[in-house]
Amino acid sequence: MITLDSCQKYFHKGSVNEVFALNDINLQIEEGDFITVIGSNGAGKSTLLNCIAGCFFPDTGKITVNNRDVTRWPEYKRAKYISRVFQDPLLGTCPSATIEQNLALAIKRGKKRGLGRGVKAKDRELFKSRLKHLGLGLEERLLDKVGLLSGGQRQALTMLMATMIRPEVLLLDEHIAALDPKTANQILMLTRDIVKEQGLTSMMITHNMKHAIGFGNRLIMFHQGRIIFDVRDQEKAALTVEDLVQKFYKSQGEELAMDSMLLA
Amino acid sequence: MTLYAAIGAVEQGLVYGIMVIGVYLTFRILDFPDLTVDGSLPLGAAISAVAITSGYNPYLSLVFAAMGGFLAGVVTAVLNTKFKILHLLASILTMIALYSINIRIMSGPNIALLGVDTVFDAVTALGVPAYYSGLIVFGLFAVCTVLLIVWFLSTELGQAMLATGDNPQMVTSLGVNTHTIIILGVGISNGLVALSGALVAQNQGAADVGMGIGTIVAGLASVIIGETVFGSKSIARAFTAALLGSIVYRLAIALALGLEIGGFSFNPSDLNLITAILVISALIAPNLKNRLMQR
Repeated sequence: MITLDSCQKYFHKGSVNEVFALNDINLQIEEGDFITVIGSNGAGKSTLLNCIAGCFFPDTGKITVNNRDVTRWPEYKRAKYISRVFQDPLLGTCPSATIEQNLALAIKRGKKRGLGRGVKAKDRELFKSRLKHLGLGLEERLLDKVGLLSGGQRQALTMLMATMIRPEVLLLDEHIAALDPKTANQILMLTRDIVKEQGLTSMMITHNMKHAIGFGNRLIMFHQGRIIFDVRDQEKAALTVEDLVQKFYKSQGEELAMDSMLLA
Repeated sequence: MTLYAAIGAVEQGLVYGIMVIGVYLTFRILDFPDLTVDGSLPLGAAISAVAITSGYNPYLSLVFAAMGGFLAGVVTAVLNTKFKILHLLASILTMIALYSINIRIMSGPNIALLGVDTVFDAVTALGVPAYYSGLIVFGLFAVCTVLLIVWFLSTELGQAMLATGDNPQMVTSLGVNTHTIIILGVGISNGLVALSGALVAQNQGAADVGMGIGTIVAGLASVIIGETVFGSKSIARAFTAALLGSIVYRLAIALALGLEIGGFSFNPSDLNLITAILVISALIAPNLKNRLMQR
């Protein structure tokens, strides 16, 4: 279970560019939650994920993973419990390394790396069976450099790498936004399957209202650094796109007409 | 070029090749342009010379030299990672500091190594002619260095190092502390450079505080020539190419210096100009080749 306890974060504090990115965030991510996160650009969704991942420390507040205080843990240390998939398919893999080398890096997430062989023969079978799951034929291309793969293939591989070792939470930051619609859909289905299979706790940022409603058991809506809406289970299952837009209007008033148009 | 000059050039290529392997590690693998080498090469020479004249075994002196170089690299990398100083600037700072440190170590600007045991004596003792001993010793060291570094980069730690240069964001998210990796990598690189400097000093019979000037330029020239001529498809190939590039570089310099066209010939002081021209040719050659192929 992951908790955020009154987390606040300013960027460029004290300058004219000051941004109040996270405004007193209290959030409990329960074991097995699949949370979809929505909100307009600059609302604080990515900041929240980066804050959980440890890209920066909150100005105030506390973050715990399984009751362990990780507020001051740097990103690489939190990686033991938290894995991520980025929006840019190029960010999740290493282009000059082969597919098996990338997977071998992932299988050591959060573990000591020593002078043993980087790619072990006994792991190859595991890599192959996992890759076969993707249905992209990558299991035959273990020795191909990842730089040769398409964006969709790389993102599929990143999904695999992020879940090679079971994370406490999987953070997906608009991970299908940079892909063409067909590939995006494939990666989305893959995400759903992996999350379901492993019973993963996960958070997925999306701009697609249908995805936000159709996936996961819980939905949170961000606005101006605050969580303005948090529903789960039955209540979430009953949501419609119109409800969400309505919700947005209600809590924020007329000034947000532009934002709600963006969201719809 | 006489055979004697050619042997000399290959010898130089091999011993400085160890330095080039270090430069390849920082410059290409870690994407960390490191000028510390201009200081860590004479540092290795100085440490080795002082150790030998103090009565230590010449082979043991190489270990001290490599450790000294490693520490110099660590300083540069710590300045860069922990204190956020730009890598180029951090390495220049270490480099100029080393100039003073090297003079302190030697208690003067140079130390002669005449009439003392060096690593070559063990080889000549086996009955090898003196003019081949350099080739054999340097060749062994250079080949072992390539093998070791290629092996290292295939380990879990080495793979993390490769990935750190390639995609630091990704390795961080896989739980790798990129700072530690960079510190280790720059340390190893400078350890190799210092080892190279120690061997050079033992070969030429002196350590001199000025012997490091231009190390980085020679290193980069060799790296680029090696990549252009021999390719860099795999890690093993890339490091072998770096070593061979070093030999080609020294041969080319020897050729150029021996050149006589009518009444014109190059002076040793023209070395820098020749190096610049060599690097430029190596850099534009692939481009030129592509253009000619298209026609």
